Amino acid sequence: MTVKSTIEAIREAMREELAADPRVMVLGEDVGTRGGVFLATQNFIEEFGEHRIIDTPLAECSIAGVTLGLSFKGLRPIAEIQFSDFWWYAANQLVGEASRVHYGTNGYLSAPFVVRIPYGGGVRGGLFHSQYIESYLYNTPGLKVIAPSNPYDAKGLLKSAIRDDNPVIFLEHKKTYRAVRGEVPDTSYTIPIGKAEVKRPGEDITLISYGLAIHYGMEAAMLLEDEDVSVEVLDLRTLRPLDNETILESVKRTGKALIVHEASITGGVGAEVSAIIAEEAFEYLDAPVSRLCGPDLPAMAFAPTLEDGFMVNTQKISDALLKLAAY
Amino acid sequence: MSPNGEKSPSSTKAMPAHRSLGLTDDQLLGFYAQMVLVRVMDDRLIALNRQGKVPLVASCQGSEAASMGLALAAKTDGSCFLFPYYRDMPLKLVMGVSPMETMIGHIGKDGNTFNGGRQFLLQGASPNFPMIHLSNVVGSNLSQAVGYAMGCKILGEDTVVFASFGDGGSSQGECHEAMNFAGIHKLPVVFCCYNNRLAISVPQEKQMAIEDLADRAAGYGFPGVVVDGTDSLEVFRAAKEAINRARDSSGGPTFLELKVERLKPHTSDDDDTRYRTPEDMEDSLRRDPLMRLNVYLMGLGILTPNLDEQFRQEARAEVNRVTDAAENAPWPDVSNLHGRLYAP
Repeated sequence: MTVKSTIEAIREAMREELAADPRVMVLGEDVGTRGGVFLATQNFIEEFGEHRIIDTPLAECSIAGVTLGLSFKGLRPIAEIQFSDFWWYAANQLVGEASRVHYGTNGYLSAPFVVRIPYGGGVRGGLFHSQYIESYLYNTPGLKVIAPSNPYDAKGLLKSAIRDDNPVIFLEHKKTYRAVRGEVPDTSYTIPIGKAEVKRPGEDITLISYGLAIHYGMEAAMLLEDEDVSVEVLDLRTLRPLDNETILESVKRTGKALIVHEASITGGVGAEVSAIIAEEAFEYLDAPVSRLCGPDLPAMAFAPTLEDGFMVNTQKISDALLKLAAY
Repeated sequence: MSPNGEKSPSSTKAMPAHRSLGLTDDQLLGFYAQMVLVRVMDDRLIALNRQGKVPLVASCQGSEAASMGLALAAKTDGSCFLFPYYRDMPLKLVMGVSPMETMIGHIGKDGNTFNGGRQFLLQGASPNFPMIHLSNVVGSNLSQAVGYAMGCKILGEDTVVFASFGDGGSSQGECHEAMNFAGIHKLPVVFCCYNNRLAISVPQEKQMAIEDLADRAAGYGFPGVVVDGTDSLEVFRAAKEAINRARDSSGGPTFLELKVERLKPHTSDDDDTRYRTPEDMEDSLRRDPLMRLNVYLMGLGILTPNLDEQFRQEARAEVNRVTDAAENAPWPDVSNLHGRLYAP
């Protein structure tokens, strides 16, 4: 075990899979000599060569389409979309085409690839370098969507994604890249896709979240100890498929649920989780299912005061938890 | 001489053009018989559409020589992989898809190997044929074909990849991205643009400011070739050259602009009398690829009126047979709606 940052864990996952499987390759903007703008692929081109680490033109649509074509040929490409804000160009190939490969060929073809996408705010990126895109992706049948919160999960889940025979969207919260560090085994391991994790057991409220917000949720849960409120924190980790079983098991036990995410509230992951709880655990509830989410605005505004106003934080979460506890 | 009085490049050589291209008389006759079958099939699909039995037909009439000439080059080569588009029913038949599977696929009956009734126009992919025709979103197949070609190159295979699309699809930004990417890596891919000068109703002059789409290839660093896409042998010749160039160590992609005609509306849902003049239509009909190949073969005495009639009768009998069989075939069970969404 070594303490690593999230970006180091992501780099390690890719390096291990590149070394283990000659079909694995990387493509994207600046992934070669530059090592990626976040250095996720640092030194890869020296280690694995230009034929496996491919600097592409600045053109996301073809990055995704070429990735899909490579996967048809049996390779296992990992594409990097430099910022989530640029993924819209790739939407046709990912949502329109790749998600329909297995279904549309009646199970004959598959598309084993990963598209890594740095997303999220809190880095003063403004409207066009801070977007949350998971709401547009998680409701696409045929895709898998992963959003890890920490280095250990990022490494294990990315390795699973690379080995998976389906198109996987791997969402990396930019603010976790260096701010979130943790113990990560130096050896190879995987974490199953589609499994949520109880990060902290509790009895009174289930806090359900993913990505960066998990860390604020953990802090808030600790603050609530002083108020004698026991909060269970559930990290979804995979947004499609959702782990309904773990969500329901927890909420049936606590009777209260708060869903937290930074993406806009309408139609977000929280809306689906709320519906699942309402449909499957109604008679176990002691309070309405609650959501603390980003506002219905395009993304966060630039100025620090405006950005802070958009983001969820520990205080906002603990306030919401207290309100729910008192219900 | 071609029907419109111009000299056909295929029929003026001392040695008949097809023989100089390595095709025997019998091979070309077989190709012609298949084109007759394609025409009868296409007419039947349109008739079945009017009867409410086939929801959508994207008629291939006018682009058969392009679609089939490419496929003949790919098939005789033996190491090609194809990314066709929605007007490529003839290409599929040349590559070996049966008339029965074609008919079943168009009606949506159970049993086609491409999509199990989940897609129209026989889109999808089959373990039996070297092709992927995932969708009919125009231009989407191009970067996929480029990626596939890159994969072939990485794996050290000598496969050459064909991707077909129309002049309409050429306007997609993705077309630019795909050709640019292929040019950078000198990939073994042939971009086959069937230019019928119409994107549904929008004429070429409202789609682009240039006469020849092939001119664009220069901007990507590879050759663009203008081909008479109604002349089967010229298409075959250009495709063979493109295959050779793809395998050449200094070679790479080729852009083939196949100038074709559209003898029917865009699809069965379209009414082309709203935007085409009768004179325009007559000009197109004079370049009917089936008629041109007929004139060529008749001129050489390889095809006779009797043999032609025999081909047409055989084609009608075959299309009748598969129509009956497909109409009597079962629909896919509703249980096939679900499942096979994710690879295990």
